[in-house]
Amino acid sequence: MTLFDKIWNAHVVCPAEGNLEVLYIDRHFIHEVTSPQAFDGLRQRGISLFRPAQTVATADHNVPTRHQDQPITEPLSRFQVDKLTQNCNAFGVELYGLGHPYQGIVHVIGPELGITQPGMTIVCGDSHTSTHGAFGTIAFGIGTSQVEQVMASQCLLQARPKRMRINVEGNLQPGVTAKDIILYIIAKLGAAGGTGYFVEYAGSAIRALSMEGRMTVCNMSIEMGARGGLIAPDETTFEYLRGRTFAPQGENFEEAVAQWSTLYSDEDAVFDAEHHYRAEDIAPMITYGTNPGMGMRVGDAVPLAPAAGDSLASFEKALQYMGFQPGEKLSGKPIQYVFIGSCTNARIDDLREVAAYVKGRKVAPGVNAMIVPGSQQVAAAAIAEGLDKILTEAGFDFREPGCSACLGMNEDKVPAGAYCVSTSNRNFEGRQGPGARTILASPLTAAAAALYGHITDHRQSAN
Amino acid sequence: MEKFTTIRSTAVPMPMEDIDTDQIIPARFLKATTREGFGENLFRDWRFAPDGTPHADFVLNNPVYGGQILVAGKNFGCGSSREHAAWAIQDAGFRVVVSSFYADIFRGNALNNGLLPVQVSPQFLFNMFSAIEADPKAVFTVDLEKQTIRIDALNLEETFNIDPFRKTCLINGYDDIDYLLSLKSKIENFESSRLEPAIQTL
Repeated sequence: MTLFDKIWNAHVVCPAEGNLEVLYIDRHFIHEVTSPQAFDGLRQRGISLFRPAQTVATADHNVPTRHQDQPITEPLSRFQVDKLTQNCNAFGVELYGLGHPYQGIVHVIGPELGITQPGMTIVCGDSHTSTHGAFGTIAFGIGTSQVEQVMASQCLLQARPKRMRINVEGNLQPGVTAKDIILYIIAKLGAAGGTGYFVEYAGSAIRALSMEGRMTVCNMSIEMGARGGLIAPDETTFEYLRGRTFAPQGENFEEAVAQWSTLYSDEDAVFDAEHHYRAEDIAPMITYGTNPGMGMRVGDAVPLAPAAGDSLASFEKALQYMGFQPGEKLSGKPIQYVFIGSCTNARIDDLREVAAYVKGRKVAPGVNAMIVPGSQQVAAAAIAEGLDKILTEAGFDFREPGCSACLGMNEDKVPAGAYCVSTSNRNFEGRQGPGARTILASPLTAAAAALYGHITDHRQSAN
Repeated sequence: MEKFTTIRSTAVPMPMEDIDTDQIIPARFLKATTREGFGENLFRDWRFAPDGTPHADFVLNNPVYGGQILVAGKNFGCGSSREHAAWAIQDAGFRVVVSSFYADIFRGNALNNGLLPVQVSPQFLFNMFSAIEADPKAVFTVDLEKQTIRIDALNLEETFNIDPFRKTCLINGYDDIDYLLSLKSKIENFESSRLEPAIQTL
């Protein structure tokens, strides 16, 4: 049996109509943008929130990344964040709002607080909920109607997706990171290559990743259309969770580890699809187009023809939007913005890696480089380690936690026509602001772009 | 939820592929806390220049096209899980979306709101675009009961799949919550039967 099926089966309350099953949800994360209509739904039905103790809220998508100690100035944003507070108070939900030491991007705080644990089912009204799969969970994004369903019943009606396994074997080249692995996989499979599937990532290169790296990989599962991605828990997982605030403690932890250790795909497990890649083939990656499947090695030229899955019309439209030519090399291309942040790459490991790389150096003139920690705890750790000083001295704008320029809901936007090398997860048209041109990359590739003012292979530019 | 009946209508063609939910409704319009009013910002940055001037060549600004059916290229609704995308399409007057392939979350969101996502073969999709190109007033008939979609002028019909439970919900205007609430005692029994020491409340 696959790991996915083991977890799924343990959460089926009962079969429902047709091929639907009633799936029990262990943890429900909510945030200010996709929850207000769901809370109103409960009010209209006159029902309470069924299991508030399994529900956690934070404000992340629509919060400013400066002056969080002061009232939000933008009226609609303030109203939406206040609404979350009122709703959480009214329905008895724990809220880690602005000013709380646990506040941060929902997919950063769940794991760092130990709320996310192996074997769980986890949902959130956000497609990057797949991040939590790094711990061996079934975690996926849902719409607001489903947020309301989980609030009302702690369950969802779901059809079981197909299972895919992606194996990455071997050793990564120095300077190649988890972000490059997942951008490479998505470039191979295309933006819809995983639709209808739940993915298990396996192989020695995946096993060798830190929890932060595994979260980066699972985070972007949705960018190939997969509902989620997961990795079997192991010693790396258990050591990460040991002692975390809401993880089991003492004897309970050992008991939990014994149980978590049964969570793996059996040798004879059958997958509906399987792919194999060699870690040695992966190099630092960037995107050239307007979906995350349009990726290539940083030193490569933009393809002359669309990759598998893209039509000629989509390919041409994407290049026109990005201002790139088929066959053009992007190395050396000037950029104006760098964004290091988001649920993909705003954990303490990411900040450490960037700080080590930029220490004693300067952001190139004319480049606006912003670094947004994923949570208050990440920010506090960065400050305690002096990373904020290193980054600020290098010319980075060190902000307060939130989703920020990943989706441009708050004032952190990239202007029309400008190029932004971004550690986030989506390079869609206008994602970082109307007309903004996003180039997805790893934190090291983004940091190199900030220092040089153009796209470059951080390995060749190290000195 | 509004009950779904047979729809007979002209259609709006958007042959682009991989239309993501950030295009359908950009994030900066997600600050509203109700479900209404998103239609005016549907495809905002394709419809309007930053100063609000309509892009004359965009299909929704062309008075020749209209109707309750949106026809789009494959992998429609990919990206963000925002249900606001389904609300915006519906708020702009559409009851049906037709494509040859949908992103999973969008499909679910549409069904939960009485917006019918009809998945057709690539050939039928091509035929629909051709029919609209030949005559922007071409009429299509979507019959949920029979699970058929028809290009009236060409007398071409294709059947489509839909989960029987979802179909019943759409026809009767039910939603999943009604069903889940009826299972409350089963859910409570499930909770008390679990032997998972690792699962603790916060």
